[in-house]
Amino acid sequence: MLSGIKIGLEIHCQLTYLQTKLFCPCYSDYRFKTPNSNICPICYGHPGTLPLLNKDALEHASLLSNALGCKIPNEIIFYRKNYFYPDLPKNFQLTQYNAYGITSIGVDGKLEYGTDTTKSARIRRIQLEEDPGRLVYEDNSMGSNSFYTLIDYNRAGVSLVEIVTEPDFTTPKDVRIFLNKITSIVEHLRICDTRLEGAVRCDANVSIGEGKKVEIKNIGSFKEVEKALSYEITRQKTMSSREIEIKAETRHWDDARKITKQARVKETEEDYRYFPEPDIPTIVLENSFLLALKRKMPELPDERRRRFITTYELGDHVSQVLLDNKDLADFFESAIAIYPSPKAIANWIVSDLIKFINADDHNRSERNHHRSTSISGLKIEAKHIAELAKLVDQNIISRTTAKGFINQMIKTGEMPSQLLQKTNASKIDDKNIILDAIEIVFRDEKSAVNDARQNSKATNFLLGKIIHLTKGKVDPKIALDLINKKLFESA
Amino acid sequence: MNQEFSAEEYISQILERIEKVDDKINAFIIVDSNGALEKARLIDKKVRNGEHAKDVGSLAGVAIGIKDNICTKGLRTTCASKMLQDYVPPYDATVIKKLKDDGAIVVGKLNLDEFAMGSTTEFSMYGSTRNPWNTSYVPGGSSGGSGASVAASECAISLGSDTGGSVRCPASFCSVVGLKPTYGRVSRFGLISYANSLEQIGPIGKTVSDVVMVMNSISGMDNNDQTTVDGETPKYSLQSNGNIRVGLLKEMVEGADPEISKCVYSAMDLFSNLGCRCEETSMKSIEYALASYYTIAMAESSSNLARYDNIRYGFDLSPDNYECNAYFAKVRSNFGQEVKRRIITGSYVLSSGYYGKYYLKAQKVRAILKQEIVSLLKTFDVLIGPTMPVLPFKFGEKIDDPLKMYMIDIDTVVANLTGIPSISIPAGFSKNLPIGLQIMAGEFQEQILFNAALLFESSANVQRSPDL
Repeated sequence: MLSGIKIGLEIHCQLTYLQTKLFCPCYSDYRFKTPNSNICPICYGHPGTLPLLNKDALEHASLLSNALGCKIPNEIIFYRKNYFYPDLPKNFQLTQYNAYGITSIGVDGKLEYGTDTTKSARIRRIQLEEDPGRLVYEDNSMGSNSFYTLIDYNRAGVSLVEIVTEPDFTTPKDVRIFLNKITSIVEHLRICDTRLEGAVRCDANVSIGEGKKVEIKNIGSFKEVEKALSYEITRQKTMSSREIEIKAETRHWDDARKITKQARVKETEEDYRYFPEPDIPTIVLENSFLLALKRKMPELPDERRRRFITTYELGDHVSQVLLDNKDLADFFESAIAIYPSPKAIANWIVSDLIKFINADDHNRSERNHHRSTSISGLKIEAKHIAELAKLVDQNIISRTTAKGFINQMIKTGEMPSQLLQKTNASKIDDKNIILDAIEIVFRDEKSAVNDARQNSKATNFLLGKIIHLTKGKVDPKIALDLINKKLFESA
Repeated sequence: MNQEFSAEEYISQILERIEKVDDKINAFIIVDSNGALEKARLIDKKVRNGEHAKDVGSLAGVAIGIKDNICTKGLRTTCASKMLQDYVPPYDATVIKKLKDDGAIVVGKLNLDEFAMGSTTEFSMYGSTRNPWNTSYVPGGSSGGSGASVAASECAISLGSDTGGSVRCPASFCSVVGLKPTYGRVSRFGLISYANSLEQIGPIGKTVSDVVMVMNSISGMDNNDQTTVDGETPKYSLQSNGNIRVGLLKEMVEGADPEISKCVYSAMDLFSNLGCRCEETSMKSIEYALASYYTIAMAESSSNLARYDNIRYGFDLSPDNYECNAYFAKVRSNFGQEVKRRIITGSYVLSSGYYGKYYLKAQKVRAILKQEIVSLLKTFDVLIGPTMPVLPFKFGEKIDDPLKMYMIDIDTVVANLTGIPSISIPAGFSKNLPIGLQIMAGEFQEQILFNAALLFESSANVQRSPDL
């Protein structure tokens, strides 16, 4: 039978925290600009211009190599990958290539992922390269068959790192978990703001058993990768079971129809005629660079998760959920700095707040500059959750009320104390008010009162009535004490 | 510059000279008369206002011609190709900026083989440039316009580019002085690339001192070219001293026209008489130089010229009714024969499966050549030989036989492959046709090169200006 699913990944991350492009002084931040305004003679491919390597890009890519356990060669070389395409200003792409000697910014790494059983994937290489321009089709529904295509070179020359894994994944779910980890790592390294549209992209390849390898391209976001892979595995299994040969081919992920479809078949295999770029001398990475790099390494998700577990006594699952999204982890730590109740705050974030964040995921595009204390798109900040946890701990509001507050706060940004004043939702802990309510219930439910004297379960019925009567605001612990007192006092 | 003879008068005379003789020579693609006169008036004004000489610039008012593969802001830069016939660069090459800062006046853009690919200036969409010594003969190439314009006194100095001999070949054929500086000495920013790892911009002048003057303006590290070498900007001086160890490269002399060999041996005798220690020496790996050179140059050019797709700049050709690949093919059919030949050959040697067999092997040969020359230059201060193995020849003589044409670069490519500086200076005549002496020195040893060249020049006294 079919066995041995092998999945490999090619992940592209833009180095969005760089001020300028990889080989010229134009801004890296090309989004929301007039087409072809973020260009210069170099990135526009004017005759006579030469690439000027952005040294910071080397550092950012090296941080990633370090984080993924890659070796960093002493000599780094850029290669020209020659092919004609209208989005390439020079009709070659400056990238890296290891076929003639290991010279890419990272090689032979390994990354562990998952919490329960620890899995790992080998990293074949990490390469630094330039992004091409953007093609804008006249009518998107017509795809590349449209009458004309517009070219916007604003993106051309932006720094990319490409992470190439070995085919070490066996399920689409593992791929998702791995990609979450990559996302969290590049966020922790502060080299890529993964929320920006197009900042992270992923191609995948799949083979089953002895079958041929199929490449899947055009997967628009990390979220779609799992779906694309599931579809492709089902397709290949179905073909195999019908004894149809699986061809080595490139397929495109059709986001609208959620299927992979055959890309245009090329008559000949692409020959990129790689050779070392003569205009960028070999870069020698001195030991001092590598030592400085080690010092610059920030805390990574794994270390941080361990710290959450040992210092804050959080559970494995809760820590993992927080670390999958650096924003959440930052938010959590900002909140506990205000009110140090880690377990409670972590639980509020992981069980209640998170659903709003996921729902908001699709609307993210602009960079949020206050990411450590607030969460993109929501008006809630760390201080809100801190105060909320405090009010619950002090028995001022009930959990039910607190959940209602979260619904409010994310929309309006009001503090819990403000909401409390506004709705007067304060939990009833005044004994006299509770006793009044008990009086009423005891009068109306005489038989239940008698039952309760024999059977403690009936007491809960009475408590329920009181909660109902007070619209849920009563402190159940105080109410229960008072009920018991009253039951056995009068007996 | 003095007040009796203004820059404006001088530039006007230069423009008159161009007007008078360039019909015969065809050195210029564009003459920027208005621009040049305007600059001249500006300099005159500065002088009248009593500005110090150093503020006016070390090259104040000097008329300079620029090979038309070096970008000049606002002034068309064509590479003598249909592909760039309407191309106006939005920026000045670093060398142009430096020359302008020093007060030099760009009088126009000079003819070349299309994209600097050729040794005769016959491959130009603007027609061949003619040799001022005999207009039935080629001026050499690819910087034919740069060599001929200086020889014909159409400008005082010029810039060329030298990828495999393109400055030194026309300097030799036109009896002027031409320098290929050390790789990394002069910024290539703004030089339209033919083969990046081999080429340098270099000056042409009537005398060694003209060339030194230009080098003092254009040399040095440039932030826009990461292959330029860090360190202090050199200031070259004019010193002739006889204490030079001269090695004559046997292989170069043996392969040359006997008249030329004779001339090179006389040059060695002259050096000896001037107190230099001279010796014949040998460079074994020279026989592989040409194959290595053409493999690397064509490989790099095939990639460098890929950007000419007429999408971002170029010439007038509507893309209506073309699919993008068909349009690309149509556009690129406008390259000339020699350019096409080099792109195709270059693509071939880089293609998968052939890389190791050709490109990588060529690079290994290059490393061996470099080793050998470095070791030779421990024994000798300079190495000499002929610049060209042949005398200037008539139009059409070699144009139909590419291999024959490539062969004449045999002596010049060594300096490009190894990165060392090399100069061609007039050494004599045979049948009224000029012969150039090539002098090479170690990396960044331009000063030694100039010392040797000046020593030779001051004693040899070879004619520089033909009657026109």
